[in-house]
Amino acid sequence: MSPPLIETRGLSKHFGGVQAVRNIDFSLAEGELRCLIGPNGAGKSTFFKLLTGQIKPTSGAVLFRGTEITNLQAHEIARLGIGIKTQVPSVFNALSVRSNLWIAAARHKKGKAVAQAVEAQIERLSLSRFADGLVGQLAHGQRQWVELGLVLCGEPNLILLDEPAAGMTEEERGRTAELIQEINRAHPLIVVEHDMSFIRTIARRITVFDRGAILMEGDVDQVFGNQAVRDVYLGKQAAA
Amino acid sequence: MIGLLRSNAGLVAVGILGLALLAGLPIILDLYTLLQITLYAIFAILALSLAFIWGYGGILCFGHSAFFGLGAYAYAVAVINIGESSVPLLIAMALPALLAAGLGYFMFYARISDVYVGVITLTVTLIFYNVVNSTAGPQYHIGEALIGGFNGMPNVPSLNIPFLPDDTLDPQGMFVLCMGLLLVVYFGLHGLLVTRFGRVLVAVRENEQRVEFLGYDARLHKLIAFSIGGALAGLAGCLFTAWGNYVSPTAFSVVQSAQIIIWLMVGGSGTLLGPVIGAVAISWLTVEIGTQQVVNANVVLGAILLVFVLLVPKGVAPMITEKFAPWALSLRRPAATPHQLPQEGKA
Repeated sequence: MSPPLIETRGLSKHFGGVQAVRNIDFSLAEGELRCLIGPNGAGKSTFFKLLTGQIKPTSGAVLFRGTEITNLQAHEIARLGIGIKTQVPSVFNALSVRSNLWIAAARHKKGKAVAQAVEAQIERLSLSRFADGLVGQLAHGQRQWVELGLVLCGEPNLILLDEPAAGMTEEERGRTAELIQEINRAHPLIVVEHDMSFIRTIARRITVFDRGAILMEGDVDQVFGNQAVRDVYLGKQAAA
Repeated sequence: MIGLLRSNAGLVAVGILGLALLAGLPIILDLYTLLQITLYAIFAILALSLAFIWGYGGILCFGHSAFFGLGAYAYAVAVINIGESSVPLLIAMALPALLAAGLGYFMFYARISDVYVGVITLTVTLIFYNVVNSTAGPQYHIGEALIGGFNGMPNVPSLNIPFLPDDTLDPQGMFVLCMGLLLVVYFGLHGLLVTRFGRVLVAVRENEQRVEFLGYDARLHKLIAFSIGGALAGLAGCLFTAWGNYVSPTAFSVVQSAQIIIWLMVGGSGTLLGPVIGAVAISWLTVEIGTQQVVNANVVLGAILLVFVLLVPKGVAPMITEKFAPWALSLRRPAATPHQLPQEGKA
């Protein structure tokens, strides 16, 4: 059996006395779409930072296709094909949408192929109206899409999305949900989201974080029907 | 080809103007003015070296005179020992580049924040200044070259035609060389900035984290850019020493560092033309104010800096392109497509 796409073994991160992430054993299969949920401070974003090498774990290991990547630099992990969209859009504000995407595409393409990849991405994300505008002047939701474009231009093997629909209008959320499902046809994804209706639209399998540890993992119905999950996170909203 | 020329009209204009000045000024100007303008060209190269690492690389180097001074002294020491200027010129670029690479390695690979990069570079230039300042006396020499402490090093040989130590450049030749090098540096940096390296470097300035998420090593890009900036500042230092046949510790001074930053602020640090304009204009102004006794030059320069920081924070060059160029372009546009003119007239 081939190893999981990404796997963590006993992954922990302490900040002083705070255990942000505790002993996480997580694995994701090729092609999967996984949603991570959990209350604020449950360790989801820290978990993402550990996967992408932004911070190093206190203990434990991260494996990508069976190879340990725990101590690689962020850019080395990115080169393996792990792309991330952060919670606050991480883009190049003073550059145009086109220049932003160019830099992402030029990492592994050369010559005309770069421009082609950029145009294809602009088309896919419906950004052609703003293509030459500065990213810093776009609305929050549009900046989210530009960042998604940056990630996709890298043609990653795994995409991590931290609250991809935050700050979007209802219509934009719908479009983003469609986009995520479309992206999942070619790329495995891990998505952190707070919006339950959004989760219901896209999720198949869900991992629930609570206080730095995995509370449970299961299908949408299992998770939403679980009393412990309701207590820590969904509360009255799901019960209603 | 014509399309390419048109889209780069500004660059072409700068190139033509530069070549015209290069060929024309030695004929029409008197010797004194030509010497002054040679110095402005050297300062413009120095301004470009900082513009590249600060304006494009986002590296806040408050002690750029460390590289300028090191280049100036390296040339002086090497040319006195070697007796010929070609190798010393290369040494004057290589040593500052190495210093920048070494400093850059510790600063960028340790991921020190921008503010501390400023503090460290400032400290380095202070160390150089104080060390060199206290080397007066015959015991301080490198080979045949006396360092001279606060007295500096006089009688440094001029540049010569490569490997012909007896054919030193006359002031006209020195002007042509400095102006030519200024054009080479200006267009070289322009060329570098449209490559993938240059574009990623600007992206590093914008968002280092995202650059790394895309798989580029931001630290390496900053290190290379910093070294290039160091080498170019060293080149300016070498030319400065060769121009005046003299170098003193003031080349390392904080005032010198601040001066470069002022050129950038006035001209516009996010451009290449702006710092050139800033260096020439401020240097010229300093000389002009020096000819009268009514106001102190530093008071005027301070006032100018205040005005720019408060009113023209981006500097002259971006202000011109943003505020006046659209207006100028709108004037030009109907002429470019004449068939639209009658319709516009009717409306």
